Amino acid sequence: MSRHGKNPIAGALTLAAIAAVCATLVAGTWQLTRDRIAANAKAELERNLAPALGGLEYDGSLTAAMVELPPPHGLPGRDAAAIYRVYAAGAPVAALIAVTAEDGYAGPIRMLLGVDTNGVVTGLRILEHRETPGIGDGIAHDRSNWAEQFTGRALGAPPLGRWSIRGDGGDFDQLTGASVTPRAVVKAARDTLIYFDANRETVFAMQSAEEAQ
Amino acid sequence: MDWMTRLKTGLWEDNPGLVQLLGLCPLLAVTTSFVNGLGLGIATLMVLAGSNVLVSAARRFLSDEIRIPVYVLIIASLVTCVELSFKAWFPALDRSLGIFIPLIVTNCAIVARAELFASRNPVGPSLADGIGMGAGFLLLLCAIGAFRELLGTGTILGGLDKLIGGEPLAGIAVVDGGWLLAVLPPGAFFSLALAIALKNVIDRRNRATRATPAPRDAGRVAS
Repeated sequence: MSRHGKNPIAGALTLAAIAAVCATLVAGTWQLTRDRIAANAKAELERNLAPALGGLEYDGSLTAAMVELPPPHGLPGRDAAAIYRVYAAGAPVAALIAVTAEDGYAGPIRMLLGVDTNGVVTGLRILEHRETPGIGDGIAHDRSNWAEQFTGRALGAPPLGRWSIRGDGGDFDQLTGASVTPRAVVKAARDTLIYFDANRETVFAMQSAEEAQ
Repeated sequence: MDWMTRLKTGLWEDNPGLVQLLGLCPLLAVTTSFVNGLGLGIATLMVLAGSNVLVSAARRFLSDEIRIPVYVLIIASLVTCVELSFKAWFPALDRSLGIFIPLIVTNCAIVARAELFASRNPVGPSLADGIGMGAGFLLLLCAIGAFRELLGTGTILGGLDKLIGGEPLAGIAVVDGGWLLAVLPPGAFFSLALAIALKNVIDRRNRATRATPAPRDAGRVAS
């Protein structure tokens, strides 16, 4: 099999040629799929927008007044965060904030928190996670109703010091057998509310992607 | 060797999961439901068939020095292509399989077929070998997935919407509730052990009915 023998140049050229073929293959697939992939991620997020509003009335489309915040944005998560501003009769009523809890048990947890202009949570939905089946995956709405306990909570209710799971002396239920996963979600929700509380005016004053064009 | 023999080898006699015991990490990790098993099985089959064809086509140019880097290149590229395709056409399935699609790169069943078969045979037989081995792995993933799902959650075909689209489906409820252990890692080991035992029993029966005193062991294990 030692065809190239002592000739490293021939081996290197063969390797380079095969690498070029492989790179073409990957680049071609990426070209073919990238629009669909971006559309899928957006569709998944938008499917969860209305449920996280908890029945609040709103004008037009929820996606119209979206802003994307590149890091560092002060919200939980290392990647870009998105805020969907919600209006009723032309006035701001709520914001849907997509953030990432980086300290999940099995990787980052993407989540969407709905909060009205008074700072009260309208709903919380998990967008993407890799938590343990049967244990940590109870945070997802199709697995258990765990996430519903956030609805109606705010920064003062419970007080900031009790925005943690029961095992840590807080007011939020855990999941049987899991504390890391709920802890990560509660912390990210709390930090998102703190951000919203401090930046309420800025959030609604920001120019949306559509307006910028 | 003709197509049928190659397929039979992969599906039964030399099944990558049951006999060679290769690729056990994904096999044990994702088989919490039939649909997950099917999804990873399809992805693995595509990578295995593709890598066998490409390795076989390039085999005349492969010296010892660059053989392994070329396998890594080809397999990693194909896995990336399959991962992108899943993200584009089966996004829900991609979400539930998570890291295990990129991790197909590390499935030693694939590099084993490249080294043991595709690098020494023409493209046609290599494709047959890839499809046979891939299908053998896929069927085992589906069988263990269905078994664990039924035992663990009491349903059949739960999450089929990830494959065919539409509203989320909980699956057909067969029994109420389930035995959680079956969908946790220990359940994966128990299920695989049962599957291997079942194959050995069937092989022994077959040999006994043929009344040929074949001396070879049923449970041949490769490293």
